[in-house]
Amino acid sequence: MADKLRATQQLEQLQARYVGTGHADTTKLYQPLFPPHRIPKDTYASYIGHPPLLEYMSVATGEPMAKMRTRFIEKMIQPVGKPPEKED
Amino acid sequence: MSGNSNMFMYSLTVLQPSAITQAILGAFSGKKQQEIIVAQGSRLSLLRPDAAQGKVHSVLTIEVFGIIRCLAAFRLAGSSKDYVIVGSDSGRITILEYQPQVNRFHRLHLETFGKSGVRRVIPGQFLACDPKGRACLISSVEKNKLVYVLNRNAQAELTISSPLEAHKPHCLVFALVALDVGYDNPVFAALEVDYGESDQDATGFAYESIEKMLVYYELDLGLNHVVRKWSDTVDRSANILFQVPGGTDGPSGVLVCAEDSIYYRHMGRSTHRVPIPRRRGACEDPNRRRTIVSGVMHKMRGAFFFLLQTEDGDLLKVTLDYDDESGVSRIKVKYFDTVPIASSLCILKSGFLFVASEGGNHHFYQFEKLGDDDDEIEFSSDSFSPDPLDRTGPIYFHPRAPENLSLVEAIDSMNPLVDCKIANLTDDDAPQIYTVCGSGPRSTFRTLKHGLETTEIVSSELPGVPSAVWTTKLTNGDEFDAYIVLSFTNGTLVLSIGETVEEVTDTGFLSSAPTLAVQQLGEDALLQVHPKGIRHIRADRRVNEWPAPQHRSIVAASTNSRQVAVALSSGEIVYFEMDNDGQLAEYEEKKEMSGTVTCLSLGEVPEGRMRSSFLAVGCDDATVRILSLDPDSTLESKSVQALTSAPSSLCIMSMPDSASETSRSSTLYLHIGLYSGVYLRTVLDTVTGELTDTRTRFLGPKPVKIFKVVAQGLPSVLALSSRPWLGYSDARGQFMLTPLTYPMLEWGWTFSSEQCPEGMVGIQGQNLRIFTIEKLTDNLQQESIPLSYTPRKMLKHPDQPIFYVVEADANTLSVATKQKLLDSAQNGDTNELAPVEFGNPRGEGHWASCISVVDPVGKEVTQRIELEENEAAFSIAAVSFSSQDDEWFLVVGTGKDTRLSPRKSANGYIHIYRFINDGKELEFIHKTKVDEPPLALLGFQGRLLAGIGKDLKIYDLGMKQLLRKAQGQVAPNLINGLQTQGSRIIVSDVQESVTYVVYKYQDNRLIPFADDMIPRFTTCTAMVDYETVAGGDRFGNFWIVRCPQKASDESDEDPAGGHLIHERSYLQGAPNRLNLMCHFYPQDIPTSVQKAQLVTGGRDTLVWTGLQGTIGLMVPFVSREDVDFFQTLEQHMRTEDAPIAGRDHLIYRSYYVPVKGVIDGDLCENFSLLSRDKKAMIAAELDRSVREVERKIADMRSRVAY
Repeated sequence: MADKLRATQQLEQLQARYVGTGHADTTKLYQPLFPPHRIPKDTYASYIGHPPLLEYMSVATGEPMAKMRTRFIEKMIQPVGKPPEKED
Repeated sequence: MSGNSNMFMYSLTVLQPSAITQAILGAFSGKKQQEIIVAQGSRLSLLRPDAAQGKVHSVLTIEVFGIIRCLAAFRLAGSSKDYVIVGSDSGRITILEYQPQVNRFHRLHLETFGKSGVRRVIPGQFLACDPKGRACLISSVEKNKLVYVLNRNAQAELTISSPLEAHKPHCLVFALVALDVGYDNPVFAALEVDYGESDQDATGFAYESIEKMLVYYELDLGLNHVVRKWSDTVDRSANILFQVPGGTDGPSGVLVCAEDSIYYRHMGRSTHRVPIPRRRGACEDPNRRRTIVSGVMHKMRGAFFFLLQTEDGDLLKVTLDYDDESGVSRIKVKYFDTVPIASSLCILKSGFLFVASEGGNHHFYQFEKLGDDDDEIEFSSDSFSPDPLDRTGPIYFHPRAPENLSLVEAIDSMNPLVDCKIANLTDDDAPQIYTVCGSGPRSTFRTLKHGLETTEIVSSELPGVPSAVWTTKLTNGDEFDAYIVLSFTNGTLVLSIGETVEEVTDTGFLSSAPTLAVQQLGEDALLQVHPKGIRHIRADRRVNEWPAPQHRSIVAASTNSRQVAVALSSGEIVYFEMDNDGQLAEYEEKKEMSGTVTCLSLGEVPEGRMRSSFLAVGCDDATVRILSLDPDSTLESKSVQALTSAPSSLCIMSMPDSASETSRSSTLYLHIGLYSGVYLRTVLDTVTGELTDTRTRFLGPKPVKIFKVVAQGLPSVLALSSRPWLGYSDARGQFMLTPLTYPMLEWGWTFSSEQCPEGMVGIQGQNLRIFTIEKLTDNLQQESIPLSYTPRKMLKHPDQPIFYVVEADANTLSVATKQKLLDSAQNGDTNELAPVEFGNPRGEGHWASCISVVDPVGKEVTQRIELEENEAAFSIAAVSFSSQDDEWFLVVGTGKDTRLSPRKSANGYIHIYRFINDGKELEFIHKTKVDEPPLALLGFQGRLLAGIGKDLKIYDLGMKQLLRKAQGQVAPNLINGLQTQGSRIIVSDVQESVTYVVYKYQDNRLIPFADDMIPRFTTCTAMVDYETVAGGDRFGNFWIVRCPQKASDESDEDPAGGHLIHERSYLQGAPNRLNLMCHFYPQDIPTSVQKAQLVTGGRDTLVWTGLQGTIGLMVPFVSREDVDFFQTLEQHMRTEDAPIAGRDHLIYRSYYVPVKGVIDGDLCENFSLLSRDKKAMIAAELDRSVREVERKIADMRSRVAY
């Protein structure tokens, strides 16, 4: 019991010190700091923001860069599909 | 920075990127003249269009050392000068002013607003400026928007406010534009999507019902805050906005372009919509909807129009009907012309259109007319409802040859540069660079040669073979030359320059002897030096003759407008000076030289002086002596320079020099040409006559002759050896020596006439040639051969000077499909459009692909094999199969029904072709079906090595198909490149860097033994040596990795490989890890890397090419001393010349991985642009003189590159 209490205390300490530390019930999609849907969003933002990278993909697909850019922003709306059902 | 790396490279750019991210128009010099500023990778260039000549000149290029993401020009009310706002990855907003007097950008403001780097929520992606120059809005893709108020203070200086926030979470921005509202509060319009609800809704209903909004942000100048003034739903597919003129010029508002529709929207006004016309044609899918990808609005005398470009490249002219009461009543659209797909369009007031194209050359068009009264159908919004869901009747037009625009100049652009090989196919003294670049039907095969472009004016044959040529004016005040004097072995010919060039005989020149020198002397006299004497021809045709002493003849002479020096065959030097009444007076004493004099040089009389104070004498004992000509020490020896060979030519002249004591002054140089073909340039001290700072360059196997010429108004040196070379000061003030793209000349001189004010005249065999040099900025000459589709890979024939290019275009109809459609079409629809101008017809899921055989010497495509059945070629290799008596075969890897995202193919094929007719043609033998398209092929020990998906397979050639001999899974994702040496194979993976694999012949196994610890999305690799690989990745990194020596040795020890197979895998990878030797972020994505020499006698360097058209070098350092020097210099440059857009240089070069073992040569070369005191300060820190530092920097480049 004492072990469990200590573990909880340590976790609380960690959560206080480092923003984004999860707990046992953190779902995959709602990790506070790096939720998975943010990573692809950052990726798309990076594709748009680096002109050579956007051109690289535009040359491969044969689509104009402006169309690629719009497509990537469009994908940022929901990059990994629907969010999970909330458990309350 | 260095860590403990023991490998150091010096990074240099040979050709800067030619892709234009964005182009903006403005009067940046503050004059009437409009100029264009373009962002090219990390560079900012100012282009000045010349309306009279129809040309675009590059005026200034600066390296920003950051990623330029957006540009905007603005002008404060009442001013006539435009400023530039630069949004980069520095997390700062930069305002630059162009200063035309000193030709540089001056930074007015640098305001920090966020973290550096390209991030989702840090502004910098979109930038819009109020048309009255009162405010700008800089926005990120998501959430953040910042408004800066621009104003001027009491001293009329530009001021910038602290930022006002207009953030909105869960909000994605698609486009941003400033509204034209006259002098009301500035308003910005953004296309936004709020995804907040869809993020919470697990049913997906909120996502389905997401709406795209047009949002107006108003900056209240009185209250100094920003409000969301208005928002309204627009078409879900809207992608781009255009400003509609407001205030007194128009109705204000925006054009919202979406898929298949153009809308007019404004607050409180009615909406109008007109569909985007589609192309009509046999090959066109009538249901394909177009989107607008770029466009431009142009205002002129109270009217305005838009040119909007669709994804096919068609320009549509859009006009609005409006009145002041009710606003816009209709939109009208009609087809204008077709131009290449542009990243930016700029319409100049002088009637030109600048098209910064996405791929291939940038175009500069002149407007012939504005399409006002032609028979093109005009569509009006009256016939269409403004509802986005209303899909009544698509509208069509017939694309046609351009009527309104005529191309006046195409600006060379290598963008996108896909592959490159360096080879010397023409047996020149330096190798050429062969590249494939461009996308779609505008693709080209380009050959790059080092040299300056020349334009020939005259080439005429002469009666004999002349040995020398001069031009001369008649009097000192003449603007143009009057005579061409030609010297033959037994006589002299004088030609007069006028309307026609004809022989004249009454000039006073001695025609029965060869000539050694010709000079316009004093005010109005002429001088001819011939072997037997000197003729001084006065203006009244009186001739004073000085005969050479008995039994001696003149062997060398040098003259200027007041002095003459001649060398006699006995080794004596006779010196003359013109006195006040125009007589030549001989100096009593003759100077005896130790050997035979081979050449002399006096140099010009400096401005405001009586005489040039030095005479350079070259003797056949391989020395050059400097003699004083001062009256109190005439012909006294001042200094001696020993040479490696006898000098063949000398020239004293002053040239501009960036290292001289005062800025913008010139330095006296002595140029020396040697019989061995070496050229030297030394600084001649104007006081002591000492020779210092000698720089050497080998020009060719023939003796070097040196002449003083003028190029682009600056004194330059023409050095003739086996090729003509020009020495000049480049834009940085650095001395450059570049060959001319012109045949070998025996003699050269300046030529100036009314038609050709700044030319050169030369002798080539029996021909007299007159030519000019157009520009000194491009020292690489390009020649292109058109290709059909986007090139993917290229290959050189193992022995012949022939290249093979595999080309493939996604979503494009193949030739066969196109022909079928054309055949089945009704009459009238069959006129096919030239793909180069109009693009190929598109078709979802179709591929057009071919293999081209390119002969770069004959400049033609000798064969083109179109692939059928929806195959697309991705890889190519030449393999000599030992089972076929080592005959070479061409192997091409293709994919069938390939989809790019997500990557999927029905299957792949490997085609085998036989080389026939010296490789100029290919003969198909057979093809073998494989599971996935092979993206990497390589000849390996007399067999074929193919990377197919994750597997590496070895094939041998059979009668009917390829026979698989060995296979191994070596890469985690997808093999996209192979290199080999011995039994070692370097496998590059599309995501996971490189893996070292060894092939064990006895066991017939492929065993990976070393891999990397960083996931590099490899694009290209090259083996530097047996252990080391250089490569590039998709994010724009350049790196070199090396296998630990022990692992490398062990891999080759055991011929069976039993030990290697059973070695323990380390952290789920291969047993060993590669060490990172060098890492550098050049920004452009490397597409090829190879070990090559670029100049004769130069060291091996790593040459890499970038997608945006960069050609760069990595030069290995030889000595630790040099490394220390350049490291210190780089450190000082970082602090003293911090990048202009506010990015930290070290962090920029360490964008993804900390920079390691690479010194940025581009930064070091900026040393010559620093102010004099900064230069002196840095040089003092380095314990060297400014000149020594500049020399070291210049040497680093000239030793290996141009």
